Amino acid sequence: MTTATAHPSQTWLLLVLRLRTFVALILVLAYFSVMAPNFLSAANAVIVSKHVALNAFLAIGMTFVIITGGIDLSVGSIVGLCAMVAGWLVLNGVDTGLGWTVWFNTLEIVGITLLVGIGVGFINGILITRLNVAPFIATLGTLYIARGAALLSSGGRTFPNLGGTDEMGTASFPFIGTGSVLGLPVMIWLLVAVALGAHYLSRRTPLGRHIYAVGGNERGAALSGVKVNRVKMFVYMFSGFCAALVGIIIASQLQAAHPATGETFELNAIAAAVLGGTSMSGGRGRIFGTIIGAFVIGILSDGLIMMGVSSFWQTVIKGVVIVLAVVIDQAQSRLQARVALAQEAAASR
Amino acid sequence: MTDHPIGLSIRGGVKVYPGTRALKGVDFDLRMGAVNVLVGENGAGKSTLMKVIAGVESLTEGRIEMEGREAHFRTKADAVKAGIGIVFQELNLFPNMTVAENIFIGHEPVRGRVDIDQAAQASATAALMARLEQDIAPDTPLDHLRVGQQQIVEIAKALSQHARILILDEPTSALSAAEVEVLFRVIAELKSQGVGIVYISHRLDELIRVGDYITVLRDGEITGARPMAGVDIPWIVRAMIGEKTKEFPRTHVAAFGEEVFRAEDVTLPRAGGGFAVDHVSLSVRKGEIVGLYGLMGAGRTEFLECVMAQHPGSGGRMFVDGAPLVEREVAGRIARGIALIPEDRKRDGLVQIMAIRENLTLSSLGLFTKGFHLNLKAEAAKAVEFVKRLTIKIASPENPVSSLSGGNQQKVVIGKALMTSPKILLMDEPSRGIDIGAKAEVFRTMRDLAAQGLGILFVTSDLDEVLALSDRILVMANGRISGEFPAGTEAATVIAAATPHTRKDQAA
Repeated sequence: MTTATAHPSQTWLLLVLRLRTFVALILVLAYFSVMAPNFLSAANAVIVSKHVALNAFLAIGMTFVIITGGIDLSVGSIVGLCAMVAGWLVLNGVDTGLGWTVWFNTLEIVGITLLVGIGVGFINGILITRLNVAPFIATLGTLYIARGAALLSSGGRTFPNLGGTDEMGTASFPFIGTGSVLGLPVMIWLLVAVALGAHYLSRRTPLGRHIYAVGGNERGAALSGVKVNRVKMFVYMFSGFCAALVGIIIASQLQAAHPATGETFELNAIAAAVLGGTSMSGGRGRIFGTIIGAFVIGILSDGLIMMGVSSFWQTVIKGVVIVLAVVIDQAQSRLQARVALAQEAAASR
Repeated sequence: MTDHPIGLSIRGGVKVYPGTRALKGVDFDLRMGAVNVLVGENGAGKSTLMKVIAGVESLTEGRIEMEGREAHFRTKADAVKAGIGIVFQELNLFPNMTVAENIFIGHEPVRGRVDIDQAAQASATAALMARLEQDIAPDTPLDHLRVGQQQIVEIAKALSQHARILILDEPTSALSAAEVEVLFRVIAELKSQGVGIVYISHRLDELIRVGDYITVLRDGEITGARPMAGVDIPWIVRAMIGEKTKEFPRTHVAAFGEEVFRAEDVTLPRAGGGFAVDHVSLSVRKGEIVGLYGLMGAGRTEFLECVMAQHPGSGGRMFVDGAPLVEREVAGRIARGIALIPEDRKRDGLVQIMAIRENLTLSSLGLFTKGFHLNLKAEAAKAVEFVKRLTIKIASPENPVSSLSGGNQQKVVIGKALMTSPKILLMDEPSRGIDIGAKAEVFRTMRDLAAQGLGILFVTSDLDEVLALSDRILVMANGRISGEFPAGTEAATVIAAATPHTRKDQAA
């Protein structure tokens, strides 16, 4: 086998393009540490990470969905709904209608709330796989339904004072969003766990491989024995799980749950995934890319705030960055395809 | 027959594609007011010749003459201007639009450059439909029409651009017998109006019936051209496939093992009545290569899809090693030892953006999995093993499969199927879209696999291929098995069985 070498400048360019999200992260970091003196301080790093983490959870779930060629617009509403569910359980428990109320401890509340998020994902999956509703429409529908349900749960009011009590076993509820372990916030540990798990899933399990195959060629995957519907069900349920986690964290952090929590979060999640190199046409994307994408977006907005740039300009800049990312992504795909073609043409000679 | 003037001729036509010469110095005369039949095997150059005439492709060498002058068609629009219309095998229509809109798409009658003159469009459409003896209202949505009627709409579209020459590429492949009769009446009518028709088809009896002149192509060369009078099927077959020796001789006379696969009464209802697969029963033995020959639309692909659990509405029973095949999902059938190599690699066979390794192992990930954990090392080793075994020439198994040539891609598909350790291999047009060298290798691979005891059922519409490779030949027509022949059967016999109308004509 003769290995045809691509032109060295091409190889370099390809490497830079492949690591573009990382390069962007370094650039953004460097820029702000020069422009905003306190930016690189440990305290600020923790603050930024906490902002980024919420988006990163959603973006991880979103990445799997987008890799299968779908989209999940409902995650922001699931965040809101799940925050309300957690708030309700802490505050009111569940009235059995028999004159007594069932109370749950923190762990049970987390479990139930996660199940609610997974349940909405399950509904998305059923709509998409069994009833053949386009993912965009199905999740647009559940976006409204879940948001409506969140508003109905409290009549539009906020559930306040979710500090919990010792006798109900809920005093630990605020710990999820505000506590620290070994000097790092709990939610950062959670993010590390979810990110590592998702990365492992995507690279080292048959399910992960099937997720990519479904997005690359659904028919081809089906004919190869991939259970396409099951794969799709999983990604929407996982996305719902991630959203529920964010809902719990926010309710715990604020010790309050507001039904409007999470509005437009889905857009930031999509932006992070795309910025991290996930292809909207499916089949391509990496968990770590997405996380770096979430960091770029988060650092960009926090850094601009510290520099005192108007939030209106921030919005414009975020848009420019996203569009730029996709343009570069296209260039990389083309170059990569060209290099591979040249190598294979040489090998088959 | 002297009253058929030559409307268009090609002299010394050569067309070179990268790697192949599709036309090797072709001289072709197209006579007006007559049906000029063009026949040849897949890849013989018929479609290329027609694309040249229709301006879709241009000649590498040689020239096109019309009325004594050289004509240059750089685009399809040039050819349309010269009065040439083509109806492709795959209809290019918009199901969401009306008949009139379809006919006038791209050349709508307009008032003041922007406003479509609906009334003029409708009346012109009505006139065309009257000319074609069709009772179709101009405002009928196209998707309300049967395929045969849609074909008529395509013809009307060509006529609306004042076509004097009309090319019909396999116009009857999707038509019912009654619709074929309508089409033939339309053709006769157009002929009497002086239109020159080029008619491409694989259905030999049909050609003899409808044609006035016949041209036979083989490997880019014309091997026969004459008026139709006196032509019979054996003459056409000789001109089509020649006296070639078989290129893929059996390496040994195999003793077949026991039956590995059997299908009984497999049916697949067709939308709108009838059966696409009509009570098909067949069996394959270990080490046997069974060739399933048939024309387009005979139901061969659909049958394979039924075996691979692609049609929930299909009926019948299937057995692997004598045990009934009850699994309803593809994964289950793969586990039982069935593997399919689909006709359309791009659409069905491969995930183009995934790596070669990932494509090879996609059906067999279970081999490398413990619990959840996928052992990437074992996977990569297995992929390399199959790359070597099938002599796939690649630079790196990590490159996307889309960077490979057609032949190597096909080997990846075969590798993916073999990795599942199948007992029976279903191959749908295994040599489509790959060059001669790769073809020979794929055929050699098939022989080797059969020698190792695999049962192979392969579908083809290439007569050479089915004759050369098969230990047993099954012929399908109109959804049914219409003939079964041992290896070494005459080509003409096989063709006759594949052409459903022939027997009727002989009986009559």
